[in-house]
Amino acid sequence: MMDTLTQTDREPATAPFLAGELGPGPAWLQSLREQARTRLGEIGFPTTEQEEWRFTNMAPLRQWPLHAAEAGARQVGPADIEPFRLAGNGYCLVFVDGRFRPELSTLPGPGAALRAGNLRAQWDGDGRELQPHLARYADEKANFFTALNTASFEDGAFVSVPAKAVVEQPVQLLYLAASERPGAAVHARNLIVAHQGSSVKIIETYASLTSAPHLTNAVTELALGLEARVEHCKLQNENERAFHIAAVQAAQSRNSHWLSHSIATGARLARNQIQTWLVEEGAEAILNGLYLARGEQLIDHHTVVDHAQPRCESHEFYYGIMAGRSHGVFNGKIFVRQDAQKTNAKQTNRNLVLSEQALINTKPQLEIFADDVKCTHGATVGQLNDEALFYLRSRGIGAGLARRMLIRAFANDAVERITLAPVRAQLEQLLTEWFESLDTSLSSHDR
Amino acid sequence: MLEIRDLSAGVDGKEILKGLNLSVQAGEVHAIMGPNGSGKSTLAQVLAGRGEYAVTSGTVTFNGVSLLELKPEERARAGIFLAFQYPVEIPGVNSTVFLKAAFNECRKARGETELDAVEFLALVKKKTNLLELDPALLSRAVNEGFSGGEKKRNEIFQMAVLEPKLAILDETDSGLDIDALKIVSRGVNKLRRPDNATLVITHYQRLLNYIVPDHVHVLVHGRIVKSGGKELALELEQRGYDWILEGAAANGKP
Ligand SMILES: Nc1ncnc2c1ncn2[C@@H]1O[C@H](COP(=O)(O)OP(=O)(O)OP(=O)(O)O)[C@@H](O)[C@H]1O
Ligand SMILES: [Mg+2]
Repeated sequence: MMDTLTQTDREPATAPFLAGELGPGPAWLQSLREQARTRLGEIGFPTTEQEEWRFTNMAPLRQWPLHAAEAGARQVGPADIEPFRLAGNGYCLVFVDGRFRPELSTLPGPGAALRAGNLRAQWDGDGRELQPHLARYADEKANFFTALNTASFEDGAFVSVPAKAVVEQPVQLLYLAASERPGAAVHARNLIVAHQGSSVKIIETYASLTSAPHLTNAVTELALGLEARVEHCKLQNENERAFHIAAVQAAQSRNSHWLSHSIATGARLARNQIQTWLVEEGAEAILNGLYLARGEQLIDHHTVVDHAQPRCESHEFYYGIMAGRSHGVFNGKIFVRQDAQKTNAKQTNRNLVLSEQALINTKPQLEIFADDVKCTHGATVGQLNDEALFYLRSRGIGAGLARRMLIRAFANDAVERITLAPVRAQLEQLLTEWFESLDTSLSSHDR
Repeated sequence: MLEIRDLSAGVDGKEILKGLNLSVQAGEVHAIMGPNGSGKSTLAQVLAGRGEYAVTSGTVTFNGVSLLELKPEERARAGIFLAFQYPVEIPGVNSTVFLKAAFNECRKARGETELDAVEFLALVKKKTNLLELDPALLSRAVNEGFSGGEKKRNEIFQMAVLEPKLAILDETDSGLDIDALKIVSRGVNKLRRPDNATLVITHYQRLLNYIVPDHVHVLVHGRIVKSGGKELALELEQRGYDWILEGAAANGKP
């Protein structure tokens, strides 16, 4: 992968980029950025010596000619956007190489039930709506890349759903990498605020328009007010040379409901932190995930469910399918704090390993400080069931199709949990393409 | 139709079938009986192409083609059907989707046009009626959470849809209640034609009152040691297998 990255490109660009050059914005934001930059130095660039990064080696990134993605490197028009659009009659905020492109976006008008636009427009205004939330939830203390994002991000999406508003059509945040020059990096930053009693569905898409290696370092914060309901679907299908790092952090008020999906199929290396903080009683979170890795891909999910208060529920289901020489990592943390009595927390991680060279590291981490709680976790790693495969074939179904049916079946529950029909349809198509790419490598033992 | 010669097969170096011979003509029903562990299911699985069993010698010819060279799906498309003794549950694979795929793959292989969803559902309706199968089962995943009897009935339902040339029923009667046994048997009989054949593996004579065999074979220690007409089944019911085992031993056979 490194062959396009020449020696001369390296050091000058990379060093300042990873040092956290401060992004723009008013004084209140600058002070947040300064803090984050200080943390960067304290945390240090992650190494595999650290438990949190044991299986996920970020060192190659330091060799990249990283540079802030340039504007307009490639002409991107509506036709480029079309294949990724999933919002139907809803709204779509388009960012190309990290830059907001209103002319490609579908934005709510003044009378709409919610507000959606870019962050920069907010802080260029009075920033009143950002201040209470921005950089208040994401975990910068421990995560180098989150701190780096806070110090550096240039722009991102802001979605605000007023109290009691129920928005049926989804809002899509579409991030496209278009640079042909290797090493373009984007710190994407999103803030979603769902006020009391509101309901909204967010689709967050990351994809590449070229095959050049690029870095995405995204942070999304979601604030769920009293009884708010948010479905959040993160789709990551960047090119297989990209590095994708993302943190999604929800903070949930009383009786709020968060349905989170992380569908990860792209990137050479992908690291997703999906985290929720159940701050008040009665909040419920469902964390659903599906990762498909093939070739040399590494796809890593670190999830954190933090039960801070009583009577919250969390249900976590992550499914992984690993082919080729790929590597899956799942680490699921559940904290149940001392006050969080009557917590009900469940975690399941199931993995299907399709080749002998593929690898999965899965680990539940439960830290329970309350005594009256229900917590269960389970992880499985398996192969395709030979008996089921034979059963299908004994009815006349070819080995290739039979295998695909079983792999598809494995992913079924994860797909079904997504309520957004266009997302499911796109996922279906993606799965089909993925299976076709595997067919040749799988058909060796067909007897 | 089916010609098995000197078939030996085993698993992990353990020989289970030891030089088995059997010949089935079109239009016939053959019953295979025998003690537990004698190799009946192994024979069925070997005929269906289960890769775990290694064939160490012998030949199997099915309508002129050498069956052992074919993959399981090719055998199915050529008209072999195995109703499993223990049908596997396949979560996440919808019964109807599965059966439609199987049906159309078989049609395609025979150069026939595939049925569309509407045509296929009409066919399914006819066959569920024949076997008095609860259509609700078909909206579920293959065999998932089916009762023992429902699984067995579902096997015969699949057979009714796929219309094989040679159906191998491996203890289809076990797990069926008395009424279900009659319904399933009636279904099997309705599907009988001069150009197809049925191999019925069973422990109980009762099934053979409904599906009347032309020949009954006794499989012991991996080979057929006795064959006869349907009255042989009655005799086995009364006398068990000891007298056959002794006879086989007297003949110098293991
Ligand atoms: N996959 C396998 N691995 C190891 N041993 C096996 C395997 N399959 C079958 N056998 C053994 O081969 C022998 C024959 O088994 P088989 O299932 O064919 O018997 P059967 O005649 O169908 O018995 P039953 O009447 O109990 O169904 C048994 O001793 C069984 O344990
Ligand atoms: Mg058996």
